[in-house]
Amino acid sequence: MKKTLTTLTLAAGLLAGVPAMADLVMPSLSYRTGPYAANGIPFADAYADYFTLLNERDGGIGGEKIKLVECETGYNTEKGVECYESTKGTGALLYQPLSTGITYQLIPKVTADGIPMLTSGLGRTSAADGKVFKWVFNFPANYWDGASIMVKYLLSENNDSLKGKKIALLYHNSAYGKEPIRTLQDLSKKYGFKLSLIPIDAPGQEQKSQWLQVRRERPDYVLFWGWGVMNPVAIQEAANIRFPMDHFIGIWWSGSENDVKPAGAGANGYKALTFSGVGDGFPIYGDLKKYVYDAGKAAGAGDQHGTILYNRGLYAAMLTAEAAKKAQELSGHARITPAEMRDGMEALNVTEDLMAKDGMPKFGPAFQVTCANHGGSGQAQVMQWDAKAAKWNVITDWIQSDSSVIQPLIDADAAAFAKENNITPRDCK
Amino acid sequence: MVLPDTLLFAMEAALNGLLSGVMYALVALGFVLIFKASGIFNYAQGVMALFAALTLVGIQQGQVPFADLIHALTGVEMHGFGWTLPAVVAIVLTGIVMIGMAMVIETLILKHLVNQPPIILFMATIGLAYFLEGLGDTMWGSDIKAMDVGLPQGITGWIDESTNSLFGYGFYVDQLNIVAMVVAAILVTALTLFSQYSKQGRALRAVADDHQAALSVGISLRFIWVLVWSIAGFVALVAGIMWGAKSGVQFSLSLIALKALPVLMLGGFTSIPGAIVGGLIIGVGEQLFEFFVGPLVGGATENWFAYVLALLFLVFRPQGLFGEKIIERV
Repeated sequence: MKKTLTTLTLAAGLLAGVPAMADLVMPSLSYRTGPYAANGIPFADAYADYFTLLNERDGGIGGEKIKLVECETGYNTEKGVECYESTKGTGALLYQPLSTGITYQLIPKVTADGIPMLTSGLGRTSAADGKVFKWVFNFPANYWDGASIMVKYLLSENNDSLKGKKIALLYHNSAYGKEPIRTLQDLSKKYGFKLSLIPIDAPGQEQKSQWLQVRRERPDYVLFWGWGVMNPVAIQEAANIRFPMDHFIGIWWSGSENDVKPAGAGANGYKALTFSGVGDGFPIYGDLKKYVYDAGKAAGAGDQHGTILYNRGLYAAMLTAEAAKKAQELSGHARITPAEMRDGMEALNVTEDLMAKDGMPKFGPAFQVTCANHGGSGQAQVMQWDAKAAKWNVITDWIQSDSSVIQPLIDADAAAFAKENNITPRDCK
Repeated sequence: MVLPDTLLFAMEAALNGLLSGVMYALVALGFVLIFKASGIFNYAQGVMALFAALTLVGIQQGQVPFADLIHALTGVEMHGFGWTLPAVVAIVLTGIVMIGMAMVIETLILKHLVNQPPIILFMATIGLAYFLEGLGDTMWGSDIKAMDVGLPQGITGWIDESTNSLFGYGFYVDQLNIVAMVVAAILVTALTLFSQYSKQGRALRAVADDHQAALSVGISLRFIWVLVWSIAGFVALVAGIMWGAKSGVQFSLSLIALKALPVLMLGGFTSIPGAIVGGLIIGVGEQLFEFFVGPLVGGATENWFAYVLALLFLVFRPQGLFGEKIIERV
């Protein structure tokens, strides 16, 4: 009898940990440990806090509570895949791995399992082609958009001409860091600037030879694709060699407080792209304070509010929630399936009004997802670090990437992927 | 004096390589000290540097240790002690913490593993590394912290000016690397004097030569282990300060151990001068290789080339440049 009771107690305990199938299950493949924890924590905290807010304030989405299932990946690709395998059976509606490595491994898996995946601003760029990548989305912008936006910004700074200018790409020597190379090569031909490629091996704590090269070549601008410890070291080294910081521009993963603060005053003027809101001056923070922070329900230590990566987590969660609402609207019921969630994502229309209604006015670009376009509008802003005030300031409006350069690259890469994997592209008419 | 640009740039790269090598050697020293005294390859040396740097910043900034844990368990929010200590005081206090850590490590781990095979001790240090990683995070949080102990950074003006007037091209040398060179010189001199001329130093060398024989003449193995782990903790603190000033204090600081391994392979695991010379060779070698060959093979050669260089040395001199040749008679 005692044994039976023990078994029942254990079973009840186990079941308590598994979400009821009625919940809207959102896995969070987070990394709160390991070399990238400082970046993973704010994103994971925000992702959790936003869903807590919806549960507490609105009773979930469409009357269904949201269940966040967090799994620690340590930014390790193998662990990320394990997390996917262990959580997909919980009724998972959408995966958002904040890792290009994990994304690449999950693309065939989510495609086979029929679970959508959103990789905003990361992962495989050609996943923007919805005809080939039915289950993968990367709105609102991808790396190629980022490269194009940087060049467009530099054009605007140089009277629309970059002819004869020298631009160096300093990049994480990995699939992630190499993503913009092809786009920049095409853009260098189009605009007549000289492109120089300078790789840095991960983790990137020692970058002396790279910055000596920058010092020798004296590029007019340095574009930067870094991550983790590579970012603060690069910014410090740039300050050390007195490279003009306002000519040093990072991609959105090289532009958080974690990247600039260690360099102190030397980081002043450094620029980076962003596709999500900057600061805590958005109405949603009032609701978060009331329903989450002050109620003692904040995730983590609660010390990341308003940071760049926290806001990116909020943005990711907002897009997820809006897609779930759209899925409920299309399917006519609240308890949606992963396939219905995918349909909701494909019908997502993020307007200014929608963001304002969510308490996040102008938090991201307005964009519409379609069957063929899973990549959104391809817009980002440029922000600049003010070391004295210790804050980022947005210095441009939304800049639209050059689709005449990017779309042919996306089409070619997606077609190659389809051929390699025997995928017949969908008809999106 | 007019020299070809390539030669000037190569000279600049070599100079920077030498100074980067000193930074690698600072990390390697900690490994050498422990290996020399106890035959343990301390896998946790890199994490000790991280832990020491986290503790230094935490103490200096008046951070409450375990604040998040206390908050989670009791609901009490603690926002810090409200002080900012002078760097010297914080360094001394961190040194005391590192001595305390050495005592705890000896009491809880090492004393139970006396006479165990080296692989067991190595495994114990792997466990220690992971434990310290978690402890550091829990105590001080995993956010990235600025190391502010007043170390200068940026171009060294007098080198820039003097090389500019001499060659018409100013060499770039980071002031932090100059400081590291001075600190390393002081550290090596102090360690050499300590091990050659102090009673504890001689005892340390006796233990390094033969544990059993040292015990038989009344040397306390436990005391020596605490001593050597304390010194290694202090060396880790110095390495943590130098590297933390470059990158901020964050988890990745523990990965600086990867930079020390080829230095150890080259210089030998038992020689303090070997760690320095090994560091210099690796530093110069990787910089010059990157300068001359890097552009031909796509760049970013430093990480792998350091290991290739160390392996080449190993083929011809397995004990490293300054390591002791171990001859076992059967």
